[in-house]
Formats: sequence, structure tokens, C-alpha cells
Amino acid sequence: MEQLVLKSGGWLLVAVIAVIAVAASADFGFSVHMAIVAIAALLAMTAGLQKANYFAFATAAAPRKADHSRYDDDPVRWGVIATLFWGAAGFLAGLYIALQLAYPALNLGLEYTSFGRLRPLHTSAVIFAFGGNALIATSFYVVQRTCRARLAFPTLARFVFWGYQLFIVLAATGYLLGITEGREYAEPEWYVDLWLTVVWVAYAAVFVGTIVKRREPHIYVANWFYLSFILTIAMLHLVNNLSMPVSLLGSKSYSAFAGVQDALTQWWYGHNAVGFFLTAGFLAMMYYFVPKQAERPVYSYRLSIIHFWSLIFLYIWAGPHHLHYTALPDWAQTLGMVFSVMLWMPSWGGMINGLMTLNGAWDKVRTDPIIRMMVMALAFYGMATFEGPMLSVKAVNSLSHYTDWTIGHVHAGALGWNGMITFAAIYYLAPRLWNRQRLYSLRMVNWHFWLATLGIVLYAAAMWTAGIMQGLMWREYGADGYLVYSFAEVVQAMHPMYLIRAAGGLLYLAGFLIMIWNIAQTIRGNLRQEKPLSDAPFNPDADRPLPAQAAEQPAPLPVPANEPVAQPIAAE
Amino acid sequence: MADDKKRIDHPTGTETVGHEWDGIEELNTPLPRWWLWTFYITIAWGLAYTIFYPAWPMIRSATAGTLGWSSQGQLEGELKAAEAQRAPVLRAIAATPAEHLTGNPQLFQAAVEGGRAAFRVNCVQCHGSGATGSKGYPNLNDDDWLWGGDMGAIHHTLVDGVRNPDHEATRMSLMPAFGRDGILQPDQIQSLVAYVRTISHQRKPDAMALQGRDLFAANCAACHGPDGKGNRQFGAPNLTDGIWLYGGDEATLTETITNSRAGVMPRWGEKLDPVTVKMLAAYVYSLGGGEAKKVQTASR
Repeated sequence: MEQLVLKSGGWLLVAVIAVIAVAASADFGFSVHMAIVAIAALLAMTAGLQKANYFAFATAAAPRKADHSRYDDDPVRWGVIATLFWGAAGFLAGLYIALQLAYPALNLGLEYTSFGRLRPLHTSAVIFAFGGNALIATSFYVVQRTCRARLAFPTLARFVFWGYQLFIVLAATGYLLGITEGREYAEPEWYVDLWLTVVWVAYAAVFVGTIVKRREPHIYVANWFYLSFILTIAMLHLVNNLSMPVSLLGSKSYSAFAGVQDALTQWWYGHNAVGFFLTAGFLAMMYYFVPKQAERPVYSYRLSIIHFWSLIFLYIWAGPHHLHYTALPDWAQTLGMVFSVMLWMPSWGGMINGLMTLNGAWDKVRTDPIIRMMVMALAFYGMATFEGPMLSVKAVNSLSHYTDWTIGHVHAGALGWNGMITFAAIYYLAPRLWNRQRLYSLRMVNWHFWLATLGIVLYAAAMWTAGIMQGLMWREYGADGYLVYSFAEVVQAMHPMYLIRAAGGLLYLAGFLIMIWNIAQTIRGNLRQEKPLSDAPFNPDADRPLPAQAAEQPAPLPVPANEPVAQPIAAE
Repeated sequence: MADDKKRIDHPTGTETVGHEWDGIEELNTPLPRWWLWTFYITIAWGLAYTIFYPAWPMIRSATAGTLGWSSQGQLEGELKAAEAQRAPVLRAIAATPAEHLTGNPQLFQAAVEGGRAAFRVNCVQCHGSGATGSKGYPNLNDDDWLWGGDMGAIHHTLVDGVRNPDHEATRMSLMPAFGRDGILQPDQIQSLVAYVRTISHQRKPDAMALQGRDLFAANCAACHGPDGKGNRQFGAPNLTDGIWLYGGDEATLTETITNSRAGVMPRWGEKLDPVTVKMLAAYVYSLGGGEAKKVQTASR
């Protein structure tokens, strides 16, 4: 009881301080943010007082009281739902800004809905809200199972989940209000950065704590990748966001770095956000869910060691390739480029290990749409990690830089690799987390797969074409030595590509909405009655000639065709 | 303990490492040779590249690379080459007065190309990328000129601009704000509008327009001419040809007569070098409305 009073008092105190900050704040944006903090604290207090389980819908099938003979999966369940929610928000924002590029009137003449504010909303929602929740949720799931131990610090794990959601809400509202540090993928201002630091340290504590108390002699490769992701993101976040607030009650701050050093720090951060968030983190997912879904051993332990260490060693130096032909000194550009090229094979090590894990189970690509998604994810991973080193070569970069080719490259990675592997992981997780016999519908997974794949193909093809055309038009000189095209003419030429890109985004979003429906039904415990996906089942026992003497007697009925390949039922 | 679990995996025939996590095993497959060799090759290539190009930071400066390449040097070289390529033509244009450019078709064509590029950078913001203009900004493709369409006149307009304050040579004229300054009453302005719409064939002559005709003769004819066909000396537009700078509908004409219009253009003679201005004049001349000596150019 006393503890409850103390806790509620603490939340109340936070709320009161936040309300005071609202009153005393130096600018409108800061007061809105402090109001959000106050509301969050009051919500936390109410939830604590009522001891109500607001997320009964997410935990219905799970025991109410902590059962220490089971894994601690509540934060994972919440994380899956948050991933779906933020994914829908992020994809929708992406579709909208794609349409804004084709039809500028959609900016609506309002600052809040202008491209400049919605674009970071889209990128952050997709990378940090969708991707981040997926990473946190799957890491909590995977680390427990591969360590054979419950989460260390269960309360802290819940704090990580809710604290991260608060970070997302503060970041997203900040973009709309125009609160930004102007650093790509690191836009949130100083106080939001500080909050994320607290959450991230808690996250690291839970993850490392669980590894420390593991009951397995070795640490599984997925956990190496998760660990490198958590630690490196912490370092990147801290250094890139070093800044001095103008006022402790205001939202504005100035970077500790200036000029080209600021640019280099930013792209050291920016490129390693790709490297350690979107590559290492999602490779960790891949290393658990691909062998589990394929029910095959990982292809090569040796490759996993070599490609892990070479990947994390080389990635951290590759950032300067974002600053080719700028004020950055030539030597730094050179190093950024050669490290990027050397990164090619270490990146591909993950693809090889993922794809070759299917050795002996390739037939599942035909029968299991989840495996198909994983294969597609790895294929796009391979494509994007070949394209990346190629784009980092100065001669290529001089054409591709500042064009939509970069956008195409990023989306081949984000939609193809990060999106697909996350979808596959969630399709794997949902029946197990909510204790269901199988997914609501495997056919819907198949629909999702094809819609998403077609969407990516349209998107990437349109942006490649647009980007290369744009780069060529910008640099085209006539016989007399003058530029041939004006900027506006280049924009006009790209309009059809922008429409195709938006169509691709629409397909991708449509597939995702099908997924949300499918997972929602799975959580509710419904099973869709549907024809099995492979309607020409193969029965090896019946596929043989009859023995000679058996031909005289009536032939025995062949063994009934296989049951549809069902989802493996939750093991636990 | 772990080694006990080593086994030969059935479909691949490869031995496992002997570890197992949540049912996941690992095969002890050696590194794919092609992977390893490609990795080695990229490393070797990377090292070699850093020998040829600026790469390794030392205490005071970085290694310069054996090729002596620098991005600034490359840029300077390319700029010099481009300048050298254009230099003879630019010299010839510089030596030729604007009025005489049309007499040398080859030189004129070169000037048009240079002007086209300069137009994209400096002029499209107001006149549009096709030089079609917009409300308040003249269309440069037609032969309806406010200040004159021969090379000399276009060049003059470009060099000295339109209505530049405190610049004597600028193209200058000011239409009175007939309504705002109380020169005419609103009903008189309506009659004038009716008359102007009549001479531009948008309205049948009627009593109201007839009233306007007398007002026009008294107030407007001095600049726009007795028949309303304009006068280039004052930059007064032709009101009879259906081409409007601001618009020929009733509301716009009422606004124009009531409050006047005074569009401006910068004096490019002070912003750009003389050769570029000359080339811009040639380009505008070539768009279709150039007067005096017509010159055929490939129009885009």
C-alpha cells in the first residue's frame, strides 16, 4: 500500500512539474510537449491506482499473474501491437507525402501539413516507431528463448516499452509543430533526446541483464547482433545529439559541432543508424526467425562470426560517403568510400547465411508464404547492400547524389528488407504469443506478400528511373557547353514516376492493412476456414509403382493426401 | 557438454557445431570461397585506392595520393576546359554590338544557346520556363512588345530594366491611378472599361461604351494612342489585340484603371556580365517575336 502511495505520488509530482513547465515555457512547442508529459504521468498514475489491466485485449490469453515458469511476454505482445499501429501511421504518412510530391496542393497551405514537416514524421515513424518497436519486441522474445531465461528487470522492461512510446509521441508531435534539430533521422530536440537516453539505458540493462542470467553456455548469434545494435545506437545517439539548449524551458538547442564537422558527425550517425538499426538489428531478427520458421540449422557458424565482426568494424567508418564532393576533405571522402566498398561482402554474409539456411527446406518457399517473405526480405537485403557500396563509389555518386535514386535505394532496403522480415517475424510470433493454433489466415499472408512485393517493385523501379533520369538531366550539357535543362523541367519530367511511386506505396499499405486484419483476428482467436495454399499435396508413400503381386488384388487406397501444411503450434 | 550434440545434418551432409538454442542448431560450413575471395579483393582494392588518392590522415595533413588528384583540382580543370571551349565564341559576341548580332547567323545561334542557359537560371522565375509569362509578367514568345522587339530595344530593356528607381536609363512610365487619385469617378471608370472591352472586341458598342470613348480620348489616348494601339515609347500596351498583361475581364480592367499597374524588372546590366546580357537578348529575340530582321533558329 505504501509503495502504491509513493509511486502515485511520484507520478503526480512529475505531472505537477510538467504543468509548471507548461506555464513557464519559452515557446509554444515546449508547452505542448510538457502538457503531453503531464498527461502521460497522470495516465501512469491512474493506471497504477486502479491496478487495471488496460491491455486485457492484448494479454487476454496470457495468465494475469506473473507465471515464472513461462517467459515474460507481455512487453512483446504490446510491442507487436505498437509495431502494427505505428507501421500503419508511418506508411500512410509516406503515401501522403509521395502524393504531395506529385500534387503540391496536398500541402494544404498549412505549416503542419507541409512536406517539410510530414517527411521526418514519415521517416521516423517507419524507422524508429515501426522498426524500433519491432526490434525491441523481437529482442525481448528472442533473448529469453535463446538464453532460456526470463527477462531481467521485468518492471524496467515495461518502462522501456511505455517510455519508448512517449518518445515516439514527443518526436512525432514535435515534427508537426516544427520543433527540430534539423539533423536527418535525429530531429528530436534536446529534452526528447535526454528522455530517449534514459529509455535506451533501461533497454540495454534489460537486454544485457537477461544475457547475464542466461542458462545456455553460449550466446546465440542473434543476440550478438541485438547487442551491437543496442550499444552502437546508444553511442551514436549520445554523440550526434550533443547540443546546448537555448533555455531549459524552451525547445531550441544548438549543436556542439559546427560546419563540416557537424555534417560529418551527423552522417557518421545517419549512416550507422542504417548500419546498426536497420541492418544489425534486423539481421538479429533474421538469425532467429528464419531458422525457426524453416526448421533448419543456420547455414554456417563460421560465416556468422566473420561477417558479424567484419560488418560492425567496417560499417562505422562508412558515413563520409554521404558527403562526397562537399566541403569534407578529400581524404575523409576516400576513406568513406573504400570502407563502404569493403562492406559489401560482410553485408552479404548475412544474406548467404539466411538464404542457405533453407538448404533442405527450399520446398517451403512454395508452400509457406512466411518463408517466402523471408526469402524476399533477404533478396532485397542483398540487392540493397550491393547497391549501397556501388552508390558510395564517387563516380556513381556524382550522378546519384541528391537524386531519387537514393530514395529508391533506401526503400528497397526499408520496404523490402526491414518491412518484409518484420512482417514474417510478426506472422511467426502472433499465434505463439496469443497461444493460437495457427494464424487466422495463411492465404491473407500470401496476399500480403504479393501486394507488398508488387508495391516494392513499382516503387523501386520508378525511383531508379526517376533518379537516373534526374541525375542525367541535371548534368546534361549541349554542344555549346551550356546546361540543357532547367530545374523545373526536371521536376516536370519526374511527375509520372512520382505517380508510379505513389501507386507502389498504396499497394504496400494495402498489404499491410490486410496483415493488421489478419493479426487482429488471430489475437481474437478466430481461424479462417479456407482452402489450403498448396492444393496439389504430394504424398511420397503413394508415389511409387505397385508391387507385382499386388496388381492382381484391388489396389490399396493411397494414403489420404497430406493435411495442409499447418503452422507449427506454439511450443510453450 | 556442447560437443556431445554434434551430429551430421541429414539433407546437407554437414556437421553441426554442437550448440543448440531453442531448437536452433548451426552447421559448421566453411566460408564460401567466392565470398572470401571477393572480400579479399575489395580489401586489396581499397588499400590500393588509398595509395593513389588522398586518404590517410597524418599529424598535419593527410596523404595526398600518388595521382595528385583533388576534388578542387578536378573542378578547376573542368571549369577551365569549359571556359576554353566557350572563349572564342564569347569573345566574338563581346566584340559585336547587340544590333549587329543578327547579321551573323552562326554567332547569333551561339548567342541564343548561351542565352537559353542564362534564361533558365535568371528569368524563368517570373517569365516561366517556356518564357510564356504569367499575370503581370509578359509572354516573350509573341510579337506583342511593350518596349520594342528589335535587338537594340530588347537589349536596352534587359540592361536597364523596367521602372528601376533612381536609375536614369531605366524603362520608365507610370499610368495614373485614375480611381485612387480621384481623377475619375467609379461610374466613369465603368464606362472606360466598357469602351476598352469594345475596342478589344469583347463587347458590342453601346451607350456606355460611347461615353467611355470620350473619356478615353481625354485621359488615355496620350499614351495608348487615339485608337488604343499603344505606344512603345511609354511602354503603353496595345489594348486592341486581345493580349493582356494583367487581364482583359471587367474586374481586372477596373482594378488596373483604378489603382494603376507598375511592374518592374531588374536591370540585368548590373547583375550579369555584358556578354550574358547580350546572349539573353538574342535568346528572347529568337523566341518568335523578334522584329526587323527575322532569324531562323531551332526552337525548342
